[in-house]
Amino acid sequence: MRAAAQLVADLPPAAAAWCTGLRKRYGRRQAVDGVSLEVGRGEVVGLLGPNGAGKTTVIKMLLGLVRPDDGEVMLLGRPATDPAARVRVGYLPELFRYQPWLTAAEVLALHVRLSGVDVPAGEQREALALVGLGERAADRVGGFSKGMQQRLGLAVALVARPELVVLDEPTSALDPLGRVDVRDIVLSLRSRGVAVLLNSHLIGEVERVCDRVVILDHGRVAAAGTLTELLGQQEVQLHLTGVSPAAESRLAAAGTVDREGDWFAVALTGDDDATVPDLVSDLVALRVRVHAVEPGRISLEERLLGILRTGSAA
Amino acid sequence: MNVVRTIAALTLRESARRKVLRALAALTVVLLALSAWGFSRLAAENDFGTMTSGQARLVASQLLNLVMFGMSLIAALGTAFLAGPTVSGEVESGVALSMLARPVRRSAVLLGKWLGLVAFGSGFVVLAGLAQCVVVYLTVDYWPSQPVVALALLGAQTATLLTLGLLLSTVISPMASGVVAVGLFGATWIAGVVGGLGAAFGNDGVARVGTVSQILLPTDGLWRGAMYALQDPTAFAAFGAEMAGFPFLSAGPLSWAYLVWAALWIAMVWGLAALSFGRRDL
Repeated sequence: MRAAAQLVADLPPAAAAWCTGLRKRYGRRQAVDGVSLEVGRGEVVGLLGPNGAGKTTVIKMLLGLVRPDDGEVMLLGRPATDPAARVRVGYLPELFRYQPWLTAAEVLALHVRLSGVDVPAGEQREALALVGLGERAADRVGGFSKGMQQRLGLAVALVARPELVVLDEPTSALDPLGRVDVRDIVLSLRSRGVAVLLNSHLIGEVERVCDRVVILDHGRVAAAGTLTELLGQQEVQLHLTGVSPAAESRLAAAGTVDREGDWFAVALTGDDDATVPDLVSDLVALRVRVHAVEPGRISLEERLLGILRTGSAA
Repeated sequence: MNVVRTIAALTLRESARRKVLRALAALTVVLLALSAWGFSRLAAENDFGTMTSGQARLVASQLLNLVMFGMSLIAALGTAFLAGPTVSGEVESGVALSMLARPVRRSAVLLGKWLGLVAFGSGFVVLAGLAQCVVVYLTVDYWPSQPVVALALLGAQTATLLTLGLLLSTVISPMASGVVAVGLFGATWIAGVVGGLGAAFGNDGVARVGTVSQILLPTDGLWRGAMYALQDPTAFAAFGAEMAGFPFLSAGPLSWAYLVWAALWIAMVWGLAALSFGRRDL
């Protein structure tokens, strides 16, 4: 018996969020078509994709707000059909609205009571202060601007000591300062081992804070992986003159070429240390004058656009 | 249980903080003041004095029923428009999203809302109804035969309409659910009046209209039970025959079977609301 208990205790903790084969149809439109994803403990996962790709629907199915037609969801090791699975889950919805007749502090107290977690009043005030609403705790939510309501939503998502935080477009109503605050909050959550699922249109934001990215398109996972896996492809920028057809074909052999005047951007297909030096020496041998060679990394934005345009996971 | 209590308290706080309570209170005070004035004029007018005491009691209990109907109408409007926005309004605005992502069952949230609304609606009817009885007692010295039964039935009538409003609000938009609930309430009342006339004229077919509508939506049946408890039984026995079929006169008390049916009706409609809310995609 003790051995069995030890065995269970030694198991790695279950993923913060895990789902497989999620499907949802609205009328004739298949909004989500077989999505499987996983958010590990303490991991920050970004959910990217164009409008209508099914990101918010996937999030709502994870949280039990939308009933999936098919598929299975586990939250923090429990099936999501059991409400208790959401005890340690914080959620900031895309449509963030809170009871306008309550004060900010009362909204937090309400969510603490609903979560069933015992959070002292001082800690609740800290959550408000963290999102910059410390001074407005006693004010009615009805008088808050959209940005302040979104900040309040963030405090609501964080207040009940979550182990998984789901943020759906957390910066849509925030000014640039607010965006930086959100980034800092996500990074501090990660440092405390809290898992975060972040849905955002702001690719830069995702690139800065996420360990892994899942790209959805037309209700399916178009690509998924760590940033290095997704952005592993190297790019090199070359400033060249005297490029002969032979040199052009040598460039094309190295990878996809994008020419702008004398600048050539080559997305390299080979990925070892010799690729760039070999290319440069070959070009010199072809009597091309090399003015500049700049290493470049494909940005997540370019990668995302590439995936969405070709419609393949590449 | 914690969730049910929390949501019930929240619903009561919402009613208190929103303008509904103030609007209801203002309407009630106006109605009470008007009825106090009306009853006092009635007592002062000469012909009230020329009536026999039995006639006077009948008129007083008639008028009390009339005013109470106004009161129950205010309660019906108030609670239907409070129950309407409660589910669909919160779903539309997004307030429901963050709440239902908490570890709560939707049925527990719905039960909490229902309890809060029933406490508010029935509490209002009982208090305002009691105030009205006191006004009548002070002005024309008439006290209903069974005030406790009457107020309890008025409370039950409010709870019935409110449960219907809750069911409607899980399927249609906030405004529509309030309008439909009040519309059905009015329609059953009229059907009840029509049925009463049918009974008075011995037309069974027309009388059945009232009976069927009182089964389908028990608000009117409960209201008639409350009226019976408010009016003077001896007065009705003496003069009622001349006025049979009059909308503010009730011919008999409610049967236990009907009360059980009303309770069952509320339970069934609540169950449907819970089922519909539980399946809804937010």
